[in-house]
Amino acid sequence: MLRVNGVSTYYGNIQALKNISMEVSEGEIITLIGANGAGKTTTLMSISGLVPPRQGEIIFKDRPIHGMSPEKIVALGISQVPEGRRIFPYLTVAENLDMGTFLRNDKDNIRKDLAYIWDLFPILSKRRHQAGGTLSGGEQQMLAISRALMARPKLLLLDEPSLGLAPLIVRQIFEIIMKINIENNTTIFLVEQNANLALKVAHRGYVMENGAITMADSAPNLLSNEAVKKAYLGL
Amino acid sequence: MEYFFELFLGGLTRGSIYALIALGYTMVYGIIELINFAHGEIYMIGAFTALIVASVLTVMGLNEFAILVLASIAAAVYSAAYGYTVEKIAYKPLRHAPRLSPLISAIGMSIFLQNYVLLAQTSDFLPFPSLIPDFEFWEPYSHLLRSTQLVILVTTTVIMVLLTLLIKYTKIGKAMRATAQDRSMAMLVGVNVNQVISMTFVIGSCLAAVGGVLIASHIGQINFFIGFIAGIKAFTAAVLGGVGSIPGAVLGSLILGLTESFATGYVSSDYEDVFAFALLVLILIFRPAGLLGRSTMQKV
Repeated sequence: MLRVNGVSTYYGNIQALKNISMEVSEGEIITLIGANGAGKTTTLMSISGLVPPRQGEIIFKDRPIHGMSPEKIVALGISQVPEGRRIFPYLTVAENLDMGTFLRNDKDNIRKDLAYIWDLFPILSKRRHQAGGTLSGGEQQMLAISRALMARPKLLLLDEPSLGLAPLIVRQIFEIIMKINIENNTTIFLVEQNANLALKVAHRGYVMENGAITMADSAPNLLSNEAVKKAYLGL
Repeated sequence: MEYFFELFLGGLTRGSIYALIALGYTMVYGIIELINFAHGEIYMIGAFTALIVASVLTVMGLNEFAILVLASIAAAVYSAAYGYTVEKIAYKPLRHAPRLSPLISAIGMSIFLQNYVLLAQTSDFLPFPSLIPDFEFWEPYSHLLRSTQLVILVTTTVIMVLLTLLIKYTKIGKAMRATAQDRSMAMLVGVNVNQVISMTFVIGSCLAAVGGVLIASHIGQINFFIGFIAGIKAFTAAVLGGVGSIPGAVLGSLILGLTESFATGYVSSDYEDVFAFALLVLILIFRPAGLLGRSTMQKV
């Protein structure tokens, strides 16, 4: 479904991604783990078109998307929940969700999807007229995921959904991620520092170090890999 | 007491014109954090366009009201084209440059447009036809509020209500707010940010042009330099209300207009600017972000 082929991305003269390649198949949950500053967020930004790669190609459903503008990439079905949630602070919860449907015109289906979201996260329904910035961290993460879902993405990119959240909330968020994957057959690309948790929900995983992919394997294999255990699982 | 009301209504009129211009400053600042110093010139170009169109239409023998409406529309369209082009030429190439660069570019654009009109038209003051019909509507108090002032107040009120609805309920309005709050997130939900920025310049320019037509026809003369003074005043009003805030721009403009009007009426017209800027200094001492401005949040 998504093929990243020899991608190198730079910030000015600094190379953040070094010739990375990865593949995501339809219906999968794949995870990209690695330390701070390894280039995980840059990978997602390159896919979304915000920091376009300088070399290499990104193919989504047989169509090259590197060099496309971010809104065209969203229109093709790739939505991102960026790191730090990035809720529009002065828009209400309902307006934030509405922004998720920015490129859609099918009013009836939007209404159905909204009902689905209220059902998925009843707390958001209660807060629908509240400004996004007044929500708690966990609620904001729910809102950020919901906003991305409102675009009906085929591929959902999640950047550090567990960041700064209480363990109970994290578990709830990850349950929802698995639910979305199974119920809507949404393919999920999960970037996490919490490698243990990520590898438990994912089917496959990639390990990133200093801007390069150093390992690629099925999630259970990575979980039992000695090097991964040592470096990322704290065992 | 009658004198007070006269000054009050005069101040409101003046303030509502400032508001039409201040909105352009504040909307652009809200989205790209740039003080568009060429905005006053857009207002001036609007007034010149209206003058030319009105002269032609007068020769053709249309009635006053039709001329006012058509001249305003022509001014809005022409100014919008200028605003759009200024953004594309002077600001868009500098989108990722340090913040000082587009600011310098804006000042350059302002000087360029002034001199362009100076060369293309004249340096003299040109008489501007009174496009707003004089009529009695408030006997015996019509000396308190002239019909031109009434038309200005009603027009600006209607425009501001329409603008509020646009920003609150339409797709482009929501996109503008989202872009102002978090530009790259807006891109991630599919907003074409370049389009939104262009639209902001177009809307701001239209408002300024209408302001230009109204004030020119109220005062009765224009020249190439009117944009500078009106621009400074409107910019002051925007800062007073909290630059980036739309209700702030309107509030700041009304307060500035009223202050000037009362200073002129009770002290002397020589002191109108002294009072206006003293007020600005006072408000910025106690509320550095302006009356309705938000102190900038730290993004984590």
